[in-house]
Amino acid sequence: MNRFAQLLDRLSYQPARNGKLRLMTDYFRHTADPERGYALAALTGGLSFRHAKPALVRDLVAERIDPALFALSYDFVGDLSETVALLWAPGDGAHGSNHPPLLLSEVVEVLQQAGRNDLRKLLTGWLDALDETGRWALLKLITGSLRVGVSARLARTAVAELGGVEVDAVEQVWHGLAPPYAPLFAWLEGRGERPTAIDPAPFRPAMLAQPLDEKNFDSLDPREFCAEWKWDGIRLQVSAGRDEHGHRLLRLYSRSGEEVTTAFPDLADRLGAIAADEFALDGELLVLREGRVQSFATLQQRLNRKTVTAKLLTEFPAHLRAYDLIALDGEDLRALPFIERRARLAQFVARAGCPQLDISPLIDFADWPSLAAARAEPATAGAGEDGAAVEGVMLKRRDSIYVAGRPTGPWFKWKRDPFNVDAVLMYAQRGHGKRSSYYSDYTFGVWRPGTEGDELVPVGKAYFGFTDEELTRIDRFVRNNTIDRFGPVRVVEHGADKGLVFEIAFEGLNRSTRHKSGVAMRFPRIARIRWDKPAREADRIEALEALLPPA
Amino acid sequence: MSGHSTASSVLTITPAGLYCPAGDFHVDPLRGAPRALVTHGHSDHARAGSAHVLATPETLAIMRARLGPGFAGSAQPIRYGEPLTIGDARVTFHPAGHVLGSAQILIEAAGRRVVVSGDYKRAHDPTCRAFEVVRCDAFVSEATFGLPVFRHPVAADEVAKLLASLRIFPERTHVVGAYSLGKAQRLLALLLEAGWDRPVWVHGAMESMVALYRAEGVRMVETRHVTNADKPKLAGEIVICPPSAASDIWLRKMPDPLVAFASGWMRVRARARQRGVELPLVVSDHADWPELCATVKDTGCSELWVTHGAEEALVHWAQTQGLAARPLHMIGFGDEDEGLDEPDAQPAETPA
Repeated sequence: MNRFAQLLDRLSYQPARNGKLRLMTDYFRHTADPERGYALAALTGGLSFRHAKPALVRDLVAERIDPALFALSYDFVGDLSETVALLWAPGDGAHGSNHPPLLLSEVVEVLQQAGRNDLRKLLTGWLDALDETGRWALLKLITGSLRVGVSARLARTAVAELGGVEVDAVEQVWHGLAPPYAPLFAWLEGRGERPTAIDPAPFRPAMLAQPLDEKNFDSLDPREFCAEWKWDGIRLQVSAGRDEHGHRLLRLYSRSGEEVTTAFPDLADRLGAIAADEFALDGELLVLREGRVQSFATLQQRLNRKTVTAKLLTEFPAHLRAYDLIALDGEDLRALPFIERRARLAQFVARAGCPQLDISPLIDFADWPSLAAARAEPATAGAGEDGAAVEGVMLKRRDSIYVAGRPTGPWFKWKRDPFNVDAVLMYAQRGHGKRSSYYSDYTFGVWRPGTEGDELVPVGKAYFGFTDEELTRIDRFVRNNTIDRFGPVRVVEHGADKGLVFEIAFEGLNRSTRHKSGVAMRFPRIARIRWDKPAREADRIEALEALLPPA
Repeated sequence: MSGHSTASSVLTITPAGLYCPAGDFHVDPLRGAPRALVTHGHSDHARAGSAHVLATPETLAIMRARLGPGFAGSAQPIRYGEPLTIGDARVTFHPAGHVLGSAQILIEAAGRRVVVSGDYKRAHDPTCRAFEVVRCDAFVSEATFGLPVFRHPVAADEVAKLLASLRIFPERTHVVGAYSLGKAQRLLALLLEAGWDRPVWVHGAMESMVALYRAEGVRMVETRHVTNADKPKLAGEIVICPPSAASDIWLRKMPDPLVAFASGWMRVRARARQRGVELPLVVSDHADWPELCATVKDTGCSELWVTHGAEEALVHWAQTQGLAARPLHMIGFGDEDEGLDEPDAQPAETPA
């Protein structure tokens, strides 16, 4: 448990993906079975303990500590699990140094057997046996998610590195395995055969498109390409098959291979009823109301919810708009040309007769100028009332096979031009990792009427869109124009005559009650640094409000 | 209500800080005073400008090095345990275990024993004499980490965390932020104990204190001046610098710096994250909660004064133990080491 706790501790402070991978791989390499297997299960979300609730933890600590001291401590620390972990003073009769250290595997195995009534005593004993970091990890483990910035796929990538294999090789056998994954580790360490249970509904690595550079048009022949709308939703892969008992298995995956089936039970049920033994669809997850695609902001309200309520399902019905069919009834279609896959997809969708599934239509275009016109006005070019949910067009070579990753040439995305606004730098914060000595995270604002004339109100944050040279120059500007600081944040001088203007590009704007300005930007980044522009000439909030969708 | 307390018959609070009328002296005055008794060399306790300073020889050496030779009109050294009568008061200095030369000051006057402990800790520290319990009627304590969430781990285990990280990330320079008086030297001594056999690179701002500790006979790992280093070659090496420098421009020349910070505040995750620390090391030169409580009990005092820090919790606890306790809310203490928002650069931290 201590080693696992130390791993979680390090992960929680490690911002970089590669750093996280290194920490996990090192842990898996130096930790024995079954301990590391349960750690892998914890990191991939494969463990759940029904009976442990934060209220129980609060109860336990109340028996140990003066309520005034608890209140002062909780106020200072701000997080319940952490406060309890730090406050917990081992009681009388706690273990001595000759007590064998508590193992994660013991915690998991005992908890799986334990009933609600045993929990209090078990937890007390374990909290007594662990140090602060161990208690923190234990409480995080049993009361909910770990929140150390590690996805299930990243954890599996770390395991794959043990054996020097690609993560997809692990993904393929993953669903046939269960904690503590001894056969997986044995295979990866060359001590055993590759686990044979092949997942009947595996993730197939997604094919991604390159951003289109408009200069490319000279070298591209419009007759070789198909065009589709680029929908403003979430990329989703649907994989269905039958297990060895003949039971239907259907999984939904994100673009990166995270399984998200439980977040969309409505969609999974409907697609699961399609009469085909095995299939894999690639498409866009959208929310449709009365047949109309809703904005991304609406879809967002269905994402990242801990529990999917019936109300959520009714208000935000999920839909798949498919644009590729990559496997069907034992046949891998990825080696077929796009145009043939597309024909099979049309057949499949028609035969499926599933209201929650349709096909993303092709755009009719003769040459690049007509496609450019369609991109500018999707509503009149075939997208109709769904035009507002289009964020550009996709170009796919008719002969393109489906390959993993982002190959150069076969697929392009040509996004709608971003919105732009000139805003003034207000606050700067240091970055992480390589950027830890640079002020590289910027909060910027626009003008609005205030009680004493115009004032700047923050409208967003950006931390990329500039070169290393520009970063050095902005960093120097921040250091030379700091007027105040709060912890790691510097207040940069900003007024009508003093201040640095950024041209901010962003993809859209939503209403927000969390922001003082009432607006939240999608995907803001710095398009240009306007060293030349006086701060008073930056944009006003009214210009942004005009872009908001109707309330 | 505390007008007739034990402590206030010996000590009063004045704008310049704690004052003993019987001996006509201040302890750790906040500004220059005619006669100052100084517990230790941190800048929030040892200030320039007093006419006469009484402190341990080590503390006087530290003050001279940091404040310049004219730091006081005259300076008088006093050894641990050496009795001295000043006016109607009798004083002795006792080890506080905080940094080199740090002392608690026992003042006996009007038949009462009052201990002003300055900053102190009970944990192992190879760089200074261990804390000694001094029985007293009234105890004046700090409470920098005066909340029960603070229970400092064994410092050697935190150093082991640093060494483990060097094993996993051998291509990254490990830059450890540490206060330049006390914490830096303690880390250097702990690294020696942990068997680190390569030189540690130290920032210019702490070099003079490292040299002073060595001259006082403290054993530490070999050090080199980081300004002389070929920075791209510092992969897998340890660099120690003041906390404010751990986010500074000079880091950029080092290979993929990994920022660590050695402080008791690193116990609380939000504090570490706010600073952008990747490797928090919970190493403190102040008493943690159990040490504060144990020390109050060990002294046998019936009255507790809390000078600075999280006074509220410690005062509450002392009252539940039947002690008379009051917070002094002293402004100006706790600014140098383990100050929550330590200044970016203070005179003592400016590279010489």
